Amino acid sequence: MKRNDIIKIIGISGYLLFLVASFVFGFNPGKEIGYNFISFSVDMLKLLPCAFILIGLFEVWVKRETVERHFGEGSGIRGYIWALLLGGTTIGGLYVAFPVAYSLYGKGAKLSVILTYMGASGICRVPMTIFEASFMGIKFAMIRLMVSLPLVILTSIALGDYLVKRNYKIREGK
Amino acid sequence: MYYLYIATGLALLISLIIDREKTLKAVKIAIKRFVNILPAFLGMLILVSIVLFLVPDKVISNYLGKNNIGIGVLFASFFGSITLMPGFIAFPLCGILLKKGVIYMVLSAFSTTLMMVGILTYPIEKEYFGVKLTIIRNIISLFIALVVALMTGIFFGEIF
Repeated sequence: MKRNDIIKIIGISGYLLFLVASFVFGFNPGKEIGYNFISFSVDMLKLLPCAFILIGLFEVWVKRETVERHFGEGSGIRGYIWALLLGGTTIGGLYVAFPVAYSLYGKGAKLSVILTYMGASGICRVPMTIFEASFMGIKFAMIRLMVSLPLVILTSIALGDYLVKRNYKIREGK
Repeated sequence: MYYLYIATGLALLISLIIDREKTLKAVKIAIKRFVNILPAFLGMLILVSIVLFLVPDKVISNYLGKNNIGIGVLFASFFGSITLMPGFIAFPLCGILLKKGVIYMVLSAFSTTLMMVGILTYPIEKEYFGVKLTIIRNIISLFIALVVALMTGIFFGEIF
């Protein structure tokens, strides 16, 4: 067992002990924290199973490899659509997207398409959006997607064109 | 909330009809994911239960609510830019804050900057793409986040 895990277990059990003691001895601040904890946990438990099952179904039915294979195929709008799809199926955050984007660039993908992919992996990862819609409502998730996606594509095209015109070179040999 | 149950139920049913084995695999993945995220989740719940006890509801709804929209959005963008948090933790946290009176606009600014602006990941990003591109991309992302927050505010009737 790692040291971090041990610290976590001690922390969590200390917290739970504190809550139990507070309820036994009638320590009010402790009781209030306990009520907070219980009500948040109950809220989470109502939503989490559904969200995780949807994510499981998504992972089983959508083959990421297919998206990867098609990436870079077709120029123009289709390149951006594949960039969005690839971003949407990325697992992990932006920092996972950096190396992928870099290697795609090395394989000859356009800078603006790469930028779109990075933006998309930030905002429209499907598992994350499932979580967002579960906890914040579909309306919130849809507004965020519908507003940010066009902006991401437009700014990626503008920035990509600008940098290409300026002959901007991404560092070599990483 | 019921639409989530209905959607999940339907998706599960359709998946079951088409392919039993794949569906079972999906449920297994779901359980594994859930178990993996549980410690981080407990940590978040513990921290939030303490912080929200220390900070009274009034203060939260005053500074992150309708009275100080500008300050709230700026604060949320700043916080979202400097933190690293997986969406699995961030959105449940947003859900809790929403119930405590934080407006959608502020949460929108927080979640968008969290996902798109990375001050902590700057050293990694610049290694791959160079300083210039990294800085421009992050500034544009911040700008996009503010527009998204603004539109969120308009659609939820929190401003105008």
